[in-house]
Amino acid sequence: MAAAAKRVPLPAILLANDLLDGDVVFAFVDGAGPLAWTRDPALALVAADDAAADRLEAFAAAELRGNKVVDAYLVDVAIESGSPVPRHFRERFKTLGPSNRPDLGKQAGEGIVAAPKG
Amino acid sequence: MYRYDEFDERFVRERVAQFTDQVARRLDGSLTEDEFKPLRLKNGVYLQLHAYMLRIAVPYGTLNSRQLRQLALIGEKYDRGYGHFTTRQNLQFNWPKLRDVPEILGLLADVEMHCIQTSGNCIRNVTADHFAGVAQDEIEDPRPTAELIRQWSSAHPEFSYLPRKFKIAVTGAEADRAVIKAHDIGLRLRRHPDTHETCYEISVGGGLGRTPMIGKVVRDYLPKKDLLAYLEAIMRVYNLEGRRDNKYKARVKILVHEIGAEEFTRRVEAEFAQLDGPSINADPEEVARIAAYFAPPRYEALPAVSNTLEAAKASNPAFARWVEVNTVPHKVPGYTALTISLKPIGQAPGDATSEQMRRVADLAERYSFDELRVTHAQNLVLPHVRQRDLFAIWQQLGEAGLASANIGLVTDIISCPGLDYCALATARSIPIAQAIQSRFADEARQREIGPLGIKISGCINACGHHHVGHIGILGLEKRGIESYQITLGGDATENAAIGEILGPGLAAEEVPDAIERIVSVYLAARSEGESFIDNVRRIGLSPFKAAFQETTRAAA
Amino acid sequence: MPLLDRNGSAEDRWTRSEGAAIGNIPAAIVPWEVLAAALDAQEPEQVIGVILPNSVPFSALEPFLPRLALVAIAFPAYSDGRGFSLARQIRRAGFAGEIRASGPLIADQFAYALSCGFDTIELPEASAARQPVPQWLRARDTFSATYQRGYSESGRNVLDQRRAARAAAPIAAE
Repeated sequence: MAAAAKRVPLPAILLANDLLDGDVVFAFVDGAGPLAWTRDPALALVAADDAAADRLEAFAAAELRGNKVVDAYLVDVAIESGSPVPRHFRERFKTLGPSNRPDLGKQAGEGIVAAPKG
Repeated sequence: MYRYDEFDERFVRERVAQFTDQVARRLDGSLTEDEFKPLRLKNGVYLQLHAYMLRIAVPYGTLNSRQLRQLALIGEKYDRGYGHFTTRQNLQFNWPKLRDVPEILGLLADVEMHCIQTSGNCIRNVTADHFAGVAQDEIEDPRPTAELIRQWSSAHPEFSYLPRKFKIAVTGAEADRAVIKAHDIGLRLRRHPDTHETCYEISVGGGLGRTPMIGKVVRDYLPKKDLLAYLEAIMRVYNLEGRRDNKYKARVKILVHEIGAEEFTRRVEAEFAQLDGPSINADPEEVARIAAYFAPPRYEALPAVSNTLEAAKASNPAFARWVEVNTVPHKVPGYTALTISLKPIGQAPGDATSEQMRRVADLAERYSFDELRVTHAQNLVLPHVRQRDLFAIWQQLGEAGLASANIGLVTDIISCPGLDYCALATARSIPIAQAIQSRFADEARQREIGPLGIKISGCINACGHHHVGHIGILGLEKRGIESYQITLGGDATENAAIGEILGPGLAAEEVPDAIERIVSVYLAARSEGESFIDNVRRIGLSPFKAAFQETTRAAA
Repeated sequence: MPLLDRNGSAEDRWTRSEGAAIGNIPAAIVPWEVLAAALDAQEPEQVIGVILPNSVPFSALEPFLPRLALVAIAFPAYSDGRGFSLARQIRRAGFAGEIRASGPLIADQFAYALSCGFDTIELPEASAARQPVPQWLRARDTFSATYQRGYSESGRNVLDQRRAARAAAPIAAE
C-alpha cells in the first residue's frame, strides 16, 4: 500500500477491534516474529517512518481480509515515559476505557501485559 | 402487558437463528464487513470505542419482572454487571462479545424479548408514553397501537432498506410525554369532535440530529382501522423519494422540508387512495386481541387518600419530599405512578447495575402488578403502586441507592453515553452530567429551582435530545479539545420547540458555572409559580445571553 | 451474470443489448433511455425487457408495461431499497411478466425480494461467488411467517394465520 497523502503524522501505531470479541487491539512484534495483535497499548509497535507505517497498513489490510479484526487504522502518537500515547483524546480513551469508570477497561488493567508504569 | 403467541415466539426464535447464521457467514467470508454491518445493526449490535454494544428493544418501554431479571442476568454473565437505559426506552450493554450475542439473543427470546431493529436504516423500536394506561389525561392507551406497529414493522419486506433510520412514537394523552413531535412519525390518539371516535393525529418529519425539525401534521383524524395502510403509504413515499445521496439529508424530515408538508401530504394521500385498506390493515378481531393484553390490572377499591401514606409523610419529611417529586396521580383512586430515578448524584444517567435491576424487578412484582416502564428520560416507572405501599418501596429503593428525589429537576439529566463509550461521539457527556449534578446536589435547592430539563448529547446526532432540553448541551470537538455548546428554550412536550444557541462553546470545566448563571437569571426574574421554561418564553433569550457572555468573559 | 429464481440457479434466456439496436435477439433487455426506440423496432416474435434505474418513478414506466415481458430493477447497492417499492407498484398495476432485481443483493434480502414481487435476482460474479446458492435458499426460508398482510407470500403472514386459527376454533378463542 503506497503512503497515502492523508496518512496521519508519524510516529503512529495501528489499532483495531478484534472481530469476535470487540476488544481494542494493537499491532505489535513479539521478539523477531511477525506482526501480531496485543491488547496492551504499551506494547504497540511504533512506526516512525513511512516504511514502518506501510508495513502496519499492509498488516491491517491482510487482517481485515482475513476476518480477524475490524475498524483498523493508524493513530498518531507521542512517546510518553517510553510508551506510545495517542495525541487525540478520542483515541486516548480507546487505550484507557470510559473516563467515568476507572474500574473498567485497559486503565483497570484489562489486557495489560506489562506491569503498570510509575 | 402483551404476551407472545405461538407465531410471535416462532418469529423471534427464527430471528435468533438468522442472526446466528449471519455471524457465521461473516466469519467464513460469505459476507464482507460492509455487508454484515447493516445486518448486525438491524440486530442492535454496534462496534463502539472499547467493545461491541448490544441494544435490546424494550417495546414502548414496558417490562415485567421476569424480563428485567433476565436483563440483570445477561449483564452479569456476558457484560460488566450493569446496563444503560436509553432515551429510546431501550437497554444497552456496553461490553458484550460478538461471539456471545447469539446466546444472549436466545436468553432474550426465553423472556419474549429481542434486539430486532434497534438500529439500522429501518423502522426502529416503537416508543410510547411511559404513563400509558395510568395517566389521568389519557384518552386511550397507546400501547395496543405501538404493539401493532411493532409487529407490522418487524422484518418488513419493503421497508427494511430505507434511506435512513425511522422512529415512530405514540401517545394517547393530552400532555406529550413521548416527544412525538421529534419523531419521524408521531401518533396522537384523539377523539373526533363530531363522531367522538378515537382517531390518530399523524405528524411526520420531526427529528433531532444535525437539522432539528418539529413534525408537521399530515392527518388530523385518521380512523383507527386505517392505520397500517396509512403507514404503508407514508413509508412507500419515503422509501422511493427520500434522499440517498447524503446521509445527513436522508431522514424523512428533509424530504418533508424540501417538498413542503402540503406536497408531502398530497403524495401520501395519493398513494393511500390507491391502497386496498382491507387487505393491508389488521382486522378488528386482531386489534381487539392485542388490546385485550393491555386491559387494566385488577385494582383494589381504595380510598382516594391513603391514611398510611399521609402518616408516613408527616413523620418523615425526606420521604414526603420524595413522594412529592417522584409520583404522579393515577387514574384509579388510591394508586399512584412512581418514577424511580436512575440519576443519583454522580452516577452515569440511565445506568443501573444488575443488582439494582433485580431490586426493581422484585418491587414491580410485589407492588406494581409485575409491571414496570422505562422512560425516555432514562428512569424507571412502577405504574400501579398503592399509595399505602410507597413507604416500604422507598425504604427498599434507598437500600439500593435508588431513592433520589429528583424527577424533572435540574439533576434529572438526560445524557447519551458520549465519548466514554460511543464511537460516533465527538465529546464526553457523562462527566458533564456528573459535574452539573454535583453542583446542584442540594435537594432543597433543586426543589427551589423547580422543573428544569437539562439534556446532553456528545455529538450532533443528538441521542441526548439536547435540542429539546430546556437547557441543551452539545459536546463537540474544537481545535483538538472537547467543547460544549449551550442552547436554551427547547421543549420536548406538546409545546415542542428547538432551543437556541446562547453563545460560543465552553470548555468542560466552564459548563457548571454557565448553568449556574442561567439558573440565577431565572430565579431573579421569575414571577410567582413560574417555571423555568415559562420564564424563558416570557422574558426571552437576551437576559440569559447577557449572563452567559459573562461566563465566557470570566473564562477568557 | 449468475441468475437465481425462487428455486435456486436459473437459466437466463434474456440478452442485454447495448443500445436500441436489438437486431434479432429473441429476448432483449434494453436500457431505459432507449426503451421507446427499441419498442419501435420490435419484431412480432421478439420479447423486450428493460433495465430500470431505481430513480425512475413508476408513473414514467407505467405506459410501457403492457409491451414489456421483463422489468429488471437496478440495485446500485444492496442497501438501496427503492427497488422493493418499485416492484410493489409494478405488481399492483397488474404486470404479469418477470421482475428481476439486478445488483449486489445479499442472501438475506431474498425473501423480501420475493415478497415484494421479484421473480429473479441477477448477481455480479463476486457476490455470487461469496454467497453460494444454498445460502440463498436457506435465507429464503428463514421466517415461516411474517407480520405484513398484502405481500405476495400471502399465505405466510401471521395476521391471516391468526385469523384462520380464530375461524377454526371459535370457542377456544373465547
